[in-house]
Amino acid sequence: MADIVISDLSKMYGGKRVLDRVAMHIVDGEFIAVLGPSGCGKTTLLRLLAGFETPDEGTIQLGDRIVSSREANVPPEKRNIGIVFQNYALWPHMSVADNVGYALKIAGASTQERLQRSRDALAVVGMENLAERAPSDLSGGQRQRVALARCLAAKPSVMLLDEPLANLDVHLRAAMENEFVRFHRHTGATMVYITHDQSEAMALADRIAVIDRGRLVQFDRPRDLYREPQSEMVARFIGNGQVLPVQDVRPDADAAIVSIFGKDHRVRARRSEQVRSSARLSVHTSAMRLAQPGEDGFAGKVERVIYRGNHSQVDFLVTAEPDLQLTLHAPADVAIPSDDTIQVCISDGWVIPAAA
Amino acid sequence: MALIAMEKVEERRRLPALLPKAEWVVLGLLVIFVAGLSFAPLLRLAITAIAPAGVIDLGHVAELLWKKKVLTASTNTLVVALLSTLLAMVLGTVAAALTVLTDMRFKTAWVFAFVLPLMIPPQVTALAWVQAFSPSSPVLGLLGLSLHDGGRHPLYSPGGIILLLGFYHAPLVFLTVRAALRRLPAELVEAARAAGATSWPLIFTIILPLARAGLFAGAALAFVSSISNFGIQAMLGIPARYPTLITLIYQQMNSYGPSALADMAVLALLLSILTIVGVAISGWLGQRGDVRVDGIGRSLEIRLGRWRPIVEAVSWLFIVLTMALPLSALVATSVVTGFGQELSWKTLTLVNYANALVHQASIRNAFLTSLLLTSITVAILMIVSLFMAYFIVWKRGPLVRVLHLFSELTYALPGIILAVAMILFFLRPLPVLGFSIYGTVWIILAAYLSSFLALALRPVLGGFAQIDRAMEEAAQVAGAGFLARMRDVIIPLVAPAAVAGGVMVFMSALNEIQVSILLVSSNVRTIGPMVVFLEEGGSSTLAAAVGCLMIAAVLILMLAATCFSRYLPKGVLPWQN
Ligand SMILES: Nc1ncnc2c1ncn2[C@@H]1O[C@H](COP(=O)(O)OP(=O)(O)O)[C@@H](O)[C@H]1O
Ligand SMILES: [Mg+2]
Repeated sequence: MADIVISDLSKMYGGKRVLDRVAMHIVDGEFIAVLGPSGCGKTTLLRLLAGFETPDEGTIQLGDRIVSSREANVPPEKRNIGIVFQNYALWPHMSVADNVGYALKIAGASTQERLQRSRDALAVVGMENLAERAPSDLSGGQRQRVALARCLAAKPSVMLLDEPLANLDVHLRAAMENEFVRFHRHTGATMVYITHDQSEAMALADRIAVIDRGRLVQFDRPRDLYREPQSEMVARFIGNGQVLPVQDVRPDADAAIVSIFGKDHRVRARRSEQVRSSARLSVHTSAMRLAQPGEDGFAGKVERVIYRGNHSQVDFLVTAEPDLQLTLHAPADVAIPSDDTIQVCISDGWVIPAAA
Repeated sequence: MALIAMEKVEERRRLPALLPKAEWVVLGLLVIFVAGLSFAPLLRLAITAIAPAGVIDLGHVAELLWKKKVLTASTNTLVVALLSTLLAMVLGTVAAALTVLTDMRFKTAWVFAFVLPLMIPPQVTALAWVQAFSPSSPVLGLLGLSLHDGGRHPLYSPGGIILLLGFYHAPLVFLTVRAALRRLPAELVEAARAAGATSWPLIFTIILPLARAGLFAGAALAFVSSISNFGIQAMLGIPARYPTLITLIYQQMNSYGPSALADMAVLALLLSILTIVGVAISGWLGQRGDVRVDGIGRSLEIRLGRWRPIVEAVSWLFIVLTMALPLSALVATSVVTGFGQELSWKTLTLVNYANALVHQASIRNAFLTSLLLTSITVAILMIVSLFMAYFIVWKRGPLVRVLHLFSELTYALPGIILAVAMILFFLRPLPVLGFSIYGTVWIILAAYLSSFLALALRPVLGGFAQIDRAMEEAAQVAGAGFLARMRDVIIPLVAPAAVAGGVMVFMSALNEIQVSILLVSSNVRTIGPMVVFLEEGGSSTLAAAVGCLMIAAVLILMLAATCFSRYLPKGVLPWQN
């Protein structure tokens, strides 16, 4: 059992609170993504988990041991963690095999065991043929794989990955995403995967911790983040979500009737939703469409139409609220002139709960 | 208020929490190293100067400084240092501008020849000049010229000292100005051209002002080096009866021995203050209106056109006059039996070299002592600098900054000051061992370790800055403790930089004179001061042979370092273009 329990974790840099009372419980074997815009404190969280930094408040518990607290800090070399660094941090003066086997050498494993386990780890990532190469002779994707194998060979109880795909080209990323999923299945290790790319996080993780300006704003399964964001920030961040102001929230079983620019709609809401005069509604682009002739919708003025092949992206300003720009996808074969007025229907939405 | 309090707690707590045991031990050793070899001796020097009898006695200090001898020496020091710095600034800037900005040909060879004098020990340079321009000069004689006999040697004068110091330190200015010019973005110059500026106004209105920070950094180096250049000041100033502060300290110590120490401490302190003020002023001048220019400097070329052959001829003539001529005089003197003897196939002899290397035990031993001391110094400093750079670049913190500061301070201060401090500190028997290392080879080693630490450290600092900290962190998560990380990951990666530092220390320490001149005794001599002793004793030809051997050693080292230069970090070998 190596659950990670993070309680009330805070970190300051020069009086600035970079992490603010973060608390989460990561279950053994889970694949967690830590997601947030750049500069929100993701790397700081990872460095705290690894033991490179000590917290100013709160604790980190690894298994049944408190490894980080204000008073005491188990150093990284004693934590049995693995890290895949953003720039891989392969040691240029060692061969691939030596890189992968280093942790075992330090641990005092026999040469034979070291070779065997390095070979196995390299085989997992499909690199067993390149064991004698120098890291400088490898491509970006291959280096990434070596970094993974190096992490794997040490058999850490927790693997931390800091934006491991940020330095790869787009087409390699898709391949590596698959690799990570396979890898996680194969090893069963707890993985904490840091990224600022929400689609990456959605594709990979069992659960996603969304961080905004040092605070953990939501920690949920991808599907729940997408469908039931608990804050406007999450609603916007996940799946190119859009947020609309709505009036007259009237709870109705596990849904609610809300007024969107004067027209009533039935949308999803949490069970405990209260009667409110106004609220914010999370709507995904896929839930917004052009109204059929005769159908009731709200009016918008087309700003711009971008041809995207299988659909047209229509950016429009809401007539009732001219500062609000929204986007919907229209069938590519429908001609929509700019400056035209369109009618828009909303088929699904989620009432963002009032801030606690 | 609450925030401030929290910050303080964090500062105090961060290091202990992050540093496991081995790191503490190493840091402790480094502190002892710097405290024992730099901080404590300098403190001792300051205390001795200000409070010789245990109580602060500024009256005594004032009285001493007011003596005519001291006033004259101080004025002389300032005069030669300032004027020679000016000369070095002009020469260095012209050289840098020519090699960076123009389409002059054969730049690599010229740069090598221009920077080479910096590698030659100053006492040897001075000896070469003295021999080249003496009435019985072997070279002028060959050229059919001769200075009329009688009267004093033209270089035994303030003008001679200034001239030689200026020539000697021009490469220092050259190196910093060149670095600054290379950073200039070509767009800036192109913009000025578009605005109608032609080449010459362009240089004076755009390029040089932008290179100003580099110029003053070089000036500071030249100033400090001039003040502390014992070789030239002693070889020319003592016969000229033109005392400067360091020759005064040297002569007083020679005449009165350790009993003059307290007074010499005052002079040393005065000299330190001059040095520090000089550095501060030029730092301030360089900073004022410092223009940060970013961007990758694309090389820019001003076409010299029909002036090119003339410029090239003049620049090579400069090399011939300032280097080839004196050095050939030195070589010529070293292969005749008596100074002033005509050089011909008949008079040609290697007897001086045989004497230096084989027959004269004192010279042979001096060579061996220097070689041994230098090797030990290099070995120790390479290790110390690897660990110290680790803390300076990656761990930071106030304690580490103080260590760095003191390593730089003992390097910047004139070697003779350090020697006085070392004598003061090590005169008394060592606490546990019960004997004094004064008069032994160990005090010279201590002084070398203190003096050259910064030289060994600088390239290593650069090396650390170039490697990604994640390299170490990756080893840390692999379970490697501090020493294992050092051994397996960090040292292999920064080793080339440490070797570069070692090479610089080796070249500087092997022939150095300013630190050891006060520390050598009749039993223990290094090779650097030997030239001065021999010349003072009238053995010019033997002195010339020793000088040539010293230059040969330097050239061999340079050659070796150049052969390995592709393994070294870029820009650590100053003589490479
Ligand atoms: N060592 C440090 N000293 C001071 N500020 C830091 C340090 N490390 C990170 N920060 C600051 O903390 C904030 C969060 O940084 P980081 O955790 O690297 O963000 P992310 O990885 O999410 O992009 C940033 O504003 C950054 O400037
Ligand atoms: Mg980051």
